[in-house]
Amino acid sequence: MAASQKEPVNIDFAGPLNRPVSGLLTWVDQRFPLISTWKAHLSEYYAPKNFNFWYFFGALSMLVLIQITTGIFLTMNYKPDASMAFASVEYIMREVPGGWLIRYMHSTGASAFFICVYLHMFRGLMYGSYQRPRELIWIFGVLIFLTLMGEAFFGYLLPWGQMSFWGAQVIVNLFGTVPLIGPDLAVWIRGDFVVSDATLNRFFAFHVIALPLVLLGLVAAHILALHEGGSNNPDGVEIKDKKDAKGIPLDGIPFHPYYTVKDMFGASVFLFVFFAIVFFAPEVGGYFLEHNNFVPADPLKTPEHIAPVWYFTPYYSILRAVPPMFESQFPGVAAMGASTLIFFLMPWLDRSPVRSIRYRGLEYKLWLAVFVVSFLVLGWLGTKPTDFLGKIGGIETATLLARFFTVLYFAFFVLMPWYSARDKTKPVPERVTG
Amino acid sequence: MSDQPNLARRNMIIGTTVAGGVAGVAAAVYPFASSMTPSDRAKAAGAPVEVDISRLEPGQKIDVEWQGKVVWVVKRTQEMIESVAKSDALVADPESGSNQQPGYAKNKLRSIKPEVFVAVGICSHLGCSPTFKPEDNVFYCPCHGSKFDLAGRVYKGVPAPTNLIVPQHTFLSEGKILVGEDQKGA
Repeated sequence: MAASQKEPVNIDFAGPLNRPVSGLLTWVDQRFPLISTWKAHLSEYYAPKNFNFWYFFGALSMLVLIQITTGIFLTMNYKPDASMAFASVEYIMREVPGGWLIRYMHSTGASAFFICVYLHMFRGLMYGSYQRPRELIWIFGVLIFLTLMGEAFFGYLLPWGQMSFWGAQVIVNLFGTVPLIGPDLAVWIRGDFVVSDATLNRFFAFHVIALPLVLLGLVAAHILALHEGGSNNPDGVEIKDKKDAKGIPLDGIPFHPYYTVKDMFGASVFLFVFFAIVFFAPEVGGYFLEHNNFVPADPLKTPEHIAPVWYFTPYYSILRAVPPMFESQFPGVAAMGASTLIFFLMPWLDRSPVRSIRYRGLEYKLWLAVFVVSFLVLGWLGTKPTDFLGKIGGIETATLLARFFTVLYFAFFVLMPWYSARDKTKPVPERVTG
Repeated sequence: MSDQPNLARRNMIIGTTVAGGVAGVAAAVYPFASSMTPSDRAKAAGAPVEVDISRLEPGQKIDVEWQGKVVWVVKRTQEMIESVAKSDALVADPESGSNQQPGYAKNKLRSIKPEVFVAVGICSHLGCSPTFKPEDNVFYCPCHGSKFDLAGRVYKGVPAPTNLIVPQHTFLSEGKILVGEDQKGA
C-alpha cells in the first residue's frame, strides 16, 4: 500500500493536542500531498536572504483576494442591466449596510492592485528578473498584467456612469479600427451597434467569472514557474550555485517563516495606507473614481473631457500621440497595443551579461530612468485634454510632448539589444551582498 | 499477435483522435461565438426614424436617436453656410472623397438642402460625440480634440481620420425628414 509508506506526521508544538493533530495530519498526508507541498513551496523553498523593499510587491499583489471577496459581496446587490445598474450601485452605496465600504474597497483595490503590479514589474526591470532561466515567469507575469487590464476595463463599465459608457465606447472602437474585420469585430464585442445593455451584460460575465478564472490560473503558473527555477535577488546572483553539504543554497533562507513574516509586515503597512484611502479619500481627487462617473450613462452626450482611469493613461497617451495614417486610426491603436505587448520581448532584448542594475553600467541606468520618466509623463498627459498646454506651430503642445515621450518609451525597448550589450558592467560577486 | 506495438496504426489513431477533437471543439465554439452577435431585438432597433424639423430655428441643432446612435439635425444659418466655404483650406478632405455619405450628399455642404445638415454625431476617431460649438462654427470632440466644420468635414492635424458620417435620409415634406432611408430618385 502506497499510503502506509509515508512517514507519519509528528507535530510537537501543540502541547496536549500533539497526538490528535499529528494523527489527523498523518491521515490527510497519506491521502493528499500535504506535507510535501508545504515543504516545496514554503518551509523548504529557499529564497535569497537579501530581498529588499522592492520584493514586497509580488506578495502584495495577492491583493487579488480582496478584489475577489469584495466582488462576491458586490454581486449580491448589483444589477447588470442598463436600466438598473447605476441605481443599484447607488443603492449599494447608500442603503446596503456596509455597502459603501465594500464598494470603496473594491474600487480602491483596483488602483492599489495596479500600483503593486507596476512596482513589481519595475523591480523585475531593475534586477533583470526576466533573464534566463526566468523567461517563462516573466511571460506569465505579462499575461497576468494584460488580463488584469482587461479585468479592470470590463469592471469599469459596470457602474454605468458617463465615464464607464464613453470609456467602453472608445476602447471597443479601438478594435473597430483593425483593417478588414474591425467593424464586425466591434459589433461582435458589443453585441449591438452601440454600447448597450447587451454589452453591459457580457462585460459583467467577463468581469466576475471569465477573467478571474484566467487570472487565478496564470497566478498559479507564475508561482509554480518561480518555484521551479528559484527567486532572483537584488544582486542577480544565482544562489543555487553555492550549496552546503545538504544541498541547501548557502544564501537561501526558508520562505516560511522568514518571508511569510516579512510579507505579513508589508501587508500590515500596506493595509494602513489602503484603508486610509478607503475611509478618507476613496476618490483620490478623481483619479481612483472619476467625477463624471457619478453621472448616469447618456449615449447621446459625451462628457466635456474624457480620460481613462490613471493606470491606463500612459497607453492612452500613446494612442492619442500617433496621427492617423491612410485614413485609418489603426496605427495609433497598434502603437498602443505594442506598448504593452513589447514587455513580452524583454528576456530577448536584454543582451547584458549581468542581471542586476547594481552591476550594470551608466547606460542601462540612464535608459531605465528615461523609460520611467516617459511612462510617468505619458501617464500624466493622459489624464489631461490635449489642448491644456496651448499650441506650438498649430499643433497642440501636449500632443508634441506625448509624441516625444512615446518615441523614448519605445526606444528603451528597441535599442536595448545594443546599449545593453555594449554597456560597461562591474564584476558580479560570487555570493549575495546582504 | 506480436508484442511489438504497431506504431503506424498507433499514430493513425492518435492523429484521427486529435483531428476529431479539434473539429469537435471548433464546432462547439461556433454557437458560443454566434451568441455574442447582436440579437434579433437589437437588429430590429435599426428601423428608420421620422424627425420633425418644422420648429427648428436657424442655428439650432437637435439630437435624435437612430440605431442607438445620436443623429444631429442642424439648421444652418447663412453665416454657417459661408463658414463651410471658408474652412476649405483647413479640412483634410474638402471634396468628401472618402465614402462617408450617400451620393446625394456628396457635395460641398454634404447635405440635400444647404440649410439642413444631417450627420451621425459620432466622431470618426473613436466614437465619442463631438460638441456643437456654433460660436466657432465647429463640432469639437472633447475626447481627443478632433474638430469638424459645419459640414462635418474633419480638420487637418487632428486624430479623427475621416469626415463625419452623413446617414441615409430623405425629406418626407418641407418640415419632416426620415433618417435611415435613402432619398428617392437620387
